[in-house]
Amino acid sequence: MARHPQRPYPMDFIQALFTDFSEIHGDRAFGDDPAMAAGMARFHGEEVMVICNLKGRTLKERMLRKFGSPDPEGYRKALRAMKLAEKFSRPVFTFIDLAGANPGLGAEERGQAEAIARNLIEMARLRVPIIATITGEGGSGGALALAVADRVLMLENAMYSVISPEGAASIMWKDAAKKQKAAEALKYTADDVQRLGCVDEIVAEPEGGSQNDPAYSVSILNDRLEANLAQLRALSVDDLLAQRYGKFRNMAQFFEVAS
Amino acid sequence: MSWFKREDNEIINDDTEKTVRTEGLWIKCEGCRQIIWKADLEANLQVCPKCGKHFRLDARSRINLLLEPGYQLVDLDLRSTDPLNFTDLKSYSSRLQAARRKTNLNDAIINAIGQMGPHRVVLSVMEYGFIGGSMGSVVGETIARAVDRAYEMKTPLIIISASGGARMMEGIASLMQLAKVSTALTRLDAEKIPFISLMTDPTTGGVTASFAMLGDLNISEPGALIGFAGPRVIEQTIRQKLPEGFQRAEFLLEHGFLDAVVPRRELKDYLIRALSFMQPA
Ligand SMILES: [Zn+2]
Repeated sequence: MARHPQRPYPMDFIQALFTDFSEIHGDRAFGDDPAMAAGMARFHGEEVMVICNLKGRTLKERMLRKFGSPDPEGYRKALRAMKLAEKFSRPVFTFIDLAGANPGLGAEERGQAEAIARNLIEMARLRVPIIATITGEGGSGGALALAVADRVLMLENAMYSVISPEGAASIMWKDAAKKQKAAEALKYTADDVQRLGCVDEIVAEPEGGSQNDPAYSVSILNDRLEANLAQLRALSVDDLLAQRYGKFRNMAQFFEVAS
Repeated sequence: MSWFKREDNEIINDDTEKTVRTEGLWIKCEGCRQIIWKADLEANLQVCPKCGKHFRLDARSRINLLLEPGYQLVDLDLRSTDPLNFTDLKSYSSRLQAARRKTNLNDAIINAIGQMGPHRVVLSVMEYGFIGGSMGSVVGETIARAVDRAYEMKTPLIIISASGGARMMEGIASLMQLAKVSTALTRLDAEKIPFISLMTDPTTGGVTASFAMLGDLNISEPGALIGFAGPRVIEQTIRQKLPEGFQRAEFLLEHGFLDAVVPRRELKDYLIRALSFMQPA
C-alpha cells in the first residue's frame, strides 16, 4: 500500500496543505537535485519552510527524479533550506516517500554519507520546530536525513525501515523470493514502528488508503500538523531542543545489563 | 530500481574473508600475493612488511596500539534484547550467542578510558568480528555513552569505526542509532570538546552516514574501504565495474572527505598532535 501507484506523493500533500509555495533551488556547491524540493510556503497563513523528495508519475519524470532517491546535493539543499528557516525563525515541515538515498558513483564521489550525517547532527540542533511526515516509504538513512524532527508522523499505511523487504530477502535470506517473509520479520509498518517507539504519531488514512480519497487524507493530516505545530510553538527554543535531544538520545534502547 | 538494491552493504560481510587466518605460521598477503611470516606481520602492527597492506585489527589490539598501559575498559555489559525477535536463516539470538563466544564481547563495541601520550581520552572502538561490526541498540547506546563520558569528563573522544552499517536484525531500531549518536554529538560540539573519527577497513552504510563522518577530523588508514552504499550494490545499480581504488581511503581523501590517510605506524603520533591542537588555548 505504501507503494500504491496512485498514492499521493509528498508534493501532492504540500500542494494541498500549504499556500504560496515558492521553491528554492540548489545546494550552492554542486547542483540542484531534481529528486528534492524545498521552498517557502504558508501554513494557515504562517510562514514556514517545506521540504520533500520528488518522485514523478511518468516514466520520463521518474527517471529524471531518480525514482525519488536524492543525491548528496539534495540533502545539502534540504539542509540549506532548514538553516534558512532557522535564521528567520520559521518552522520546518518535511515530507518523505523514498526508497533510499541514491547509490552510485557520483553520489559516493560527492559524499552521500557525509551529506546524510551532516543533516542528522544539524537537524538535532536546529533552533526551530521540525515536523517530519513519512507519507509512503521511509527508506533507511535517506529518509532519516529528513526525519530527525520534534515530531515524526507516519501515515497509517506508510512504512519505515532500515532496509527494504527485497533487500533483506536477497541479503539475509539469500533468496529474492523471500520478500514476504522479510517484510513480516522487519516489522516496518506504522503500528510496529510506533510500538518500537521510533515514531511519534500515526496519522489515519481514508478507508483503503490515501489514494481512495486524497482530499480527506489531506484534511486529517492538516489537523494533525496544526495540532503538533501548536504544541511545539508553545515551547521555548531551549525546551524544544532539550525535548528533541532527550527523545533521540533515549530512543530504541533495546538492551539489558548482562548478568 | 527499487529500494532493495541500496544498502545491502549494511549487512554483515563475511568476516572470515579479509582477516588474518589464525592457522599456520605463514599467510599470503592479498596486497602483494607474497607469503609472509605471521610473526613479521605481528611485529609490524599487522601491516604487510613487503607492500604495506594494512590488515584488519580487532578492537582490543586497536586499544593496545593507541593507549598507554593501565587504561580502563568500560560499558561492556549491555546485551541486545532482540526487539524484533528476528529470524532469517538463523535466529538473531543464536547469531548473537555465536558472536559472543567468538569475540568474548557482549556486542560489537568496546569503550575505553586512558592516556594517549600526554592526553586523557575516551575511546570507542568497534569490533568488526562481531556480526560485521553492525550497529544495533547496544552499539548505538555504547557509543552514545562514550560521547556522554567525554562530555562529562571534558575529555577528547576518538571513535574508531569498523562496520558494515546498521544491524538489519534490529530493523528500525538499528536505524535510530544513527540519530541517537549524532544527537549525542551535538553536546560535545557545543562545548568544543574534541572528537576525532578514525574510519578503518571497512566502514560503510549507516555508520559512515552518521557519526563517522562528523569528526572535527575524519581520518583513515591506507586502503580502507569507506562508503555509503556497498561496492556490490553500486555495481548492480549502475551495471558496470567500479574503477580501481573506488571508495578506498585515498579516493575519499582526493574527493575531500578525509583530513588525512595515516599509516598505522604513525597513527598515535598523529592523534596526539591533533589533540594538542584542540586543547583549550
Ligand atoms: Zn603485501
